[in-house]
Amino acid sequence: MTLATPSDFQPLGQPTPPSSSGGLQPEGWLRYLSFSLDHKVIGLQYLVCGFLFYFLGGALAGVIRTELASPISDFVSRETYNQVLTLHGTVMIFLWIVPVVNGGFGNYLIPFYVGARDMAFPRLNAVAFWLIPPAGLLLISSYFLQGGAAQSGWTAYPPLSITTPALGQVLWILSVLLLGGSSIFGGINFIATILKLRRPGLELMQLPMYCWAMLGTSILVVLSTPVLAGTLILLSFDIIAHTGFFNPALGGNVVVYQHLFWFYSHPAVYIMVLPAFGLVSEILPIHARKPLFGYTTMVYSIMAIVVLGLVVWAHHMFTSGTPPWMRLFFTIATAFIAVPTGIKFFNWLATLWGGKIALNSAMLFACAFIVNFVLGGITGVALAQVPFDIHVHDTYFVVAHFHYIVYGGTVFVIFSAVYHWHPKFTGRMLNEHLGRLHFVLTFIGFNLCFAPQHWLGLNGMPRRVAEYDPSFATWNQVSSVGALLMALSTLPFLVNVVASAFRGEPAGDNPWNALTPEWLTTSPPPVDNWAGEAPLVTHPYGYGASEDRIDLRLATGRQLWGDPER
Amino acid sequence: MTSLAPGSSGATSIGAVAPSAGAEVHGHDDHGEHADARLFGLATFLVADGMTFAGFFAAYLTFRAVNPLPKGSSYELELVLPAINTVLLLVSSYTFHRAGRGLLRGDKASCRFWLLLSAGLGVAFLAGKMVEYFHLPFGLTDNLFASTFYALTGFHGLHVTLGVICILVVWWQARSGGRISAASPFGLEAAELYWHFVDGIWVILFGILYLL
Repeated sequence: MTLATPSDFQPLGQPTPPSSSGGLQPEGWLRYLSFSLDHKVIGLQYLVCGFLFYFLGGALAGVIRTELASPISDFVSRETYNQVLTLHGTVMIFLWIVPVVNGGFGNYLIPFYVGARDMAFPRLNAVAFWLIPPAGLLLISSYFLQGGAAQSGWTAYPPLSITTPALGQVLWILSVLLLGGSSIFGGINFIATILKLRRPGLELMQLPMYCWAMLGTSILVVLSTPVLAGTLILLSFDIIAHTGFFNPALGGNVVVYQHLFWFYSHPAVYIMVLPAFGLVSEILPIHARKPLFGYTTMVYSIMAIVVLGLVVWAHHMFTSGTPPWMRLFFTIATAFIAVPTGIKFFNWLATLWGGKIALNSAMLFACAFIVNFVLGGITGVALAQVPFDIHVHDTYFVVAHFHYIVYGGTVFVIFSAVYHWHPKFTGRMLNEHLGRLHFVLTFIGFNLCFAPQHWLGLNGMPRRVAEYDPSFATWNQVSSVGALLMALSTLPFLVNVVASAFRGEPAGDNPWNALTPEWLTTSPPPVDNWAGEAPLVTHPYGYGASEDRIDLRLATGRQLWGDPER
Repeated sequence: MTSLAPGSSGATSIGAVAPSAGAEVHGHDDHGEHADARLFGLATFLVADGMTFAGFFAAYLTFRAVNPLPKGSSYELELVLPAINTVLLLVSSYTFHRAGRGLLRGDKASCRFWLLLSAGLGVAFLAGKMVEYFHLPFGLTDNLFASTFYALTGFHGLHVTLGVICILVVWWQARSGGRISAASPFGLEAAELYWHFVDGIWVILFGILYLL
């Protein structure tokens, strides 16, 4: 017995409609430049746009690592260095990671997963995407205007952000406000889609894990992003109208800014990493041919991370004169986050345990994510401890830690997800040899770049400065070589994606024999997602020991509408 | 620059597949807005909007607690006008509620009367705010309390202004033959939800700015 194909779900006598339903939207690549309302088009718009900003942010990182290859400031001026590191952080967080793991994969996958034909609010969805390019251009343009781009880092702490050139800082605020608005609109849409648009018969606890991850992420977006927006509005008053909210010289309070900023920006870490948790929970079971281990504990872990994630922000402020009770509370709360995160970590290991693992590019990146993330997680727990944090605060140890989370964690998952879903996006496979070359270069380059920074930070090298003590030179050069490798690793990826989109091996509808609903349709899917009625997938991870015994009809089709045998 | 017309190919193929199941087919008109999710979406947005205010409130309360004002300035505000304003807003919530009941009864004239009254109360509130602004003894940059006061009341005033515009749009759409009717009351319900939200925020604002 062979695996069922989606065409098996077509009732007898049902003609297969053409895959693109009739010239109602621009055909071909042009629709990706249009105000399309199709969630799949919007998802790919987010994805491609995000990758363009990723290359920009990577080039900026290249400037940083070139400057830091030698102890003196000899590559760019100090002011330019400050602008470059501010732009690097802002671009990578607000224009690459957040839009891609939320807007990109979320828009493409969530409607499939809930059995809908589109998001709850398609127009709001398109508006949310089209806020991003202007915000990005605004940010980039500030570099070329008088005074240059913002220089105060992605945190924009006052009084630094009040005293550096105003125009760049105000444009930075405007850009982040637009991106925050985009993020909030997206979050509202995801919550409404997951809670209100589920296909009848589909229970919440039957949803693929990525839905839960996006629900948790969107709750964080809706609760925390507006606080950042309000804070930045007050900051812009300080810069433009010379009020004194955060200006100590005018009686203001900088620590209030830090509290409000981190009330958003710590949850922002989960906004960047929870969707990656969700994506990896989709990818591992399929390529290990095993059910996702511990579904229920995964769901509760995500929700626990959401709740705890909202009450740990001041662990970024242990050196800001926080009182002892506050240190105690935030240390304990932060350490508690390790529990649900650890549960998820062991669930992934248990999913792999005894599985029939296909070590393809998608799986290599997903497994490397587990390795990198546990390293970043351990340093995170260490950083939550006040005595240790005071020692390494504002050093390269922190830089190493969050790059292990955000690059080693989320970016590795993004690459894994691209290898995994590219056949669905385009109908063609990516080249495995190039994929593995990409993986090896990225994995070595990443660890070479960021592992030495732990050592540098422990020995006191501060972050955000262009010059450093010559005794740090060797490890900085190692780190810069790693960065070069990471840059090179992008080339096989780019060649692969571009060439495979046109000449790749045809993938068929379901090359991975997956059970989640996006695979139970054609590749690429029709505008309405399914030719017939949406399949009811109640066991999205029903992979068993023997391939032959997987019956898509049993796993998914029992209550299919229009099933001729019902 | 285009989209699928609501209920194009998807809906027809559903009908062709299983007419018997048609009754239980979820009523997404495929690429259009989904009526049942819209109020939910608005409520989610208002949670987000409320968090912006929550951030402002937290900042204000912290400033008050830890940042002493320079000598000679005080937190004291005139109470009478803001108290009248509070009553105006609370009454406007009631009048808006009456407008909604009028619409559901199918009595459009009554609905529009109460809507106009609500908008009038909103305008009266804004006028009262203006009078208060012109008579305050401090300006935006005088001290931390002054800045926070103007930021909070100004941000709320923007919300009231937007609310009045929404009420007038609803008033126009609720004319006979307009898009808002007893059968499709969404616009009015959305504006009403928003208006109650803005009122609720004002009550908190009044409490912490004027009474505390």
